[in-house]
Amino acid sequence: MLESMSLFHLLTFLKFAVILVIILSVAPVMAWVERRGSALMQNRLGPNRIGPLGLFQSICDAIKFLFKEDPIPGHVSKFYYALAPVVSLVPAFMTFAVVPFASTIEVDGRVLGFQLADLNVGLLYVFSVASLGVYGIIMGGWSSNNKFALLGGLRSSSQMISYELSLGLSVIGIIMAFSSVHLGEIVQGQAEVFRQIGPFVLPEWLQVPKWGILVQPLGFIIFITAAFAETNRLPFDLPEGESEIVAGYHLEYGAMKFSMFMMAEYINMFVASSLIATLYFGGYHGLHWVLNLVPLEGMSREWMRIALELGAFFLKVAFFMWFFVWVRWTLPRFRYDQVMELGWKVMLPISLANIFLTAFAVYYGWI
Amino acid sequence: MLVKAKKSFLQRFYLVEVIKGLGITMRNMLFAPKVTIQYPEERRKYSERFRGMHYVKATNGVENCTACMLCPTVCPAECIHIVAGERPDKEKYPVQFEIDVLRCCFCGMCEEACPKDAIKLSTIYEMSQVTRQVYDKDYLAEQRGNK
Ligand code: SF4
Ligand code: SF4
Repeated sequence: MLESMSLFHLLTFLKFAVILVIILSVAPVMAWVERRGSALMQNRLGPNRIGPLGLFQSICDAIKFLFKEDPIPGHVSKFYYALAPVVSLVPAFMTFAVVPFASTIEVDGRVLGFQLADLNVGLLYVFSVASLGVYGIIMGGWSSNNKFALLGGLRSSSQMISYELSLGLSVIGIIMAFSSVHLGEIVQGQAEVFRQIGPFVLPEWLQVPKWGILVQPLGFIIFITAAFAETNRLPFDLPEGESEIVAGYHLEYGAMKFSMFMMAEYINMFVASSLIATLYFGGYHGLHWVLNLVPLEGMSREWMRIALELGAFFLKVAFFMWFFVWVRWTLPRFRYDQVMELGWKVMLPISLANIFLTAFAVYYGWI
Repeated sequence: MLVKAKKSFLQRFYLVEVIKGLGITMRNMLFAPKVTIQYPEERRKYSERFRGMHYVKATNGVENCTACMLCPTVCPAECIHIVAGERPDKEKYPVQFEIDVLRCCFCGMCEEACPKDAIKLSTIYEMSQVTRQVYDKDYLAEQRGNK
């Protein structure tokens, strides 16, 4: 008993360490992707000097951030000023505890899962934790004792409230369709075959997996738009709004504290991408057909399956991370009233309508 | 009067336009030629008339300047300092010829004014130094750029 407990702890700790490393490496890699990607889109080349393709640029940036002087301005509220970056970073990390990277594998009669905590209220946990992140931004904006920073914090809070609503409501459709808030079960449900669009039954030879985007196309559009707003990415980066309020909530921050805000932004992007992949794009499904091509038996076949699942999951996540960057350098920032109008007059009614549509579909047994 | 452009339904729907925009950025990223000049290896080719670093023209190793003082007179930044002297053959020449380049605005008036074609502006535009260089007669005689 004791031995199995300690083994469980060891495994959990190991998973924790691996996930932490993955998350921490997201920010520098994405910073590079963002800079090179934006440069290429604007017909420039971007940082290409340090390391192959400029890949080590982020390391130099990190070193610079670490060795910079970290002054605390005299007019700030010191405690909350120092706390804010931590508060915005920690919830971003916490969300990953429940995201399933791959399905389970049985080793020596023990089931090994590829997620840190197999919560049966996974989705609710994700939303409750993710909504905490905004406190860091508000705290940073308020404690900075600066008009622009305060405006950034205010904008952020009202934007979060407006879009959290449609984000939560759009996911209700998914919960209804797969009748679960357990992320693992939602992913499992997406492995089934997509049978019918509304009342129209698809032909037998068409074997499309029942991914969330096919079941909930409207919900997907609302979710991804709201996700952009929640992560404060362009076209919804009003809390920063360089041209209007200088830098918004992180105006008074420098050195590592600033880079913690940046990291939180990239990690939130990672969270949003993995949620999109998990809820709407079949999570870790999608590469299983490769298994039939390789002649592997027994345990090695199982491990191969896990590797393929991990590959599929991270491919999807990587695509959506890229999509975040892609959209950022395509669309200009909305005006503030436009953001509010979109949130309350368009997204909210549509997400409510989506719930009714889904309810109809579930009632008539279409889903 | 505020005139609002009529938008079609698809344009108002916005999503289609977003997707079109994404197409444009992707096309630019993949196919458009990149305009970056990779500076230390590649350099921008400036026109011959570019007004950069000064140089003093010389004929047979003797500078053309006769210390007529036209260029210090015309210079709006008052950054040319010449001390005139006399050669053994009674020819007037600059004993000291210095340009305070930090004050210079590269207007090219000195070049215009010079009757002897002595002071000219080259195409050199990299003027940072690791030593405290005095832009004196000897130094200026060397700076030719591509002239
Ligand atoms: S370029 Fe203009 S400012 Fe410079 S030395 Fe000549 S006259 Fe003076
Ligand atoms: S105008 Fe020409 S000749 Fe006269 S002092 Fe200047 S450089 Fe010498």
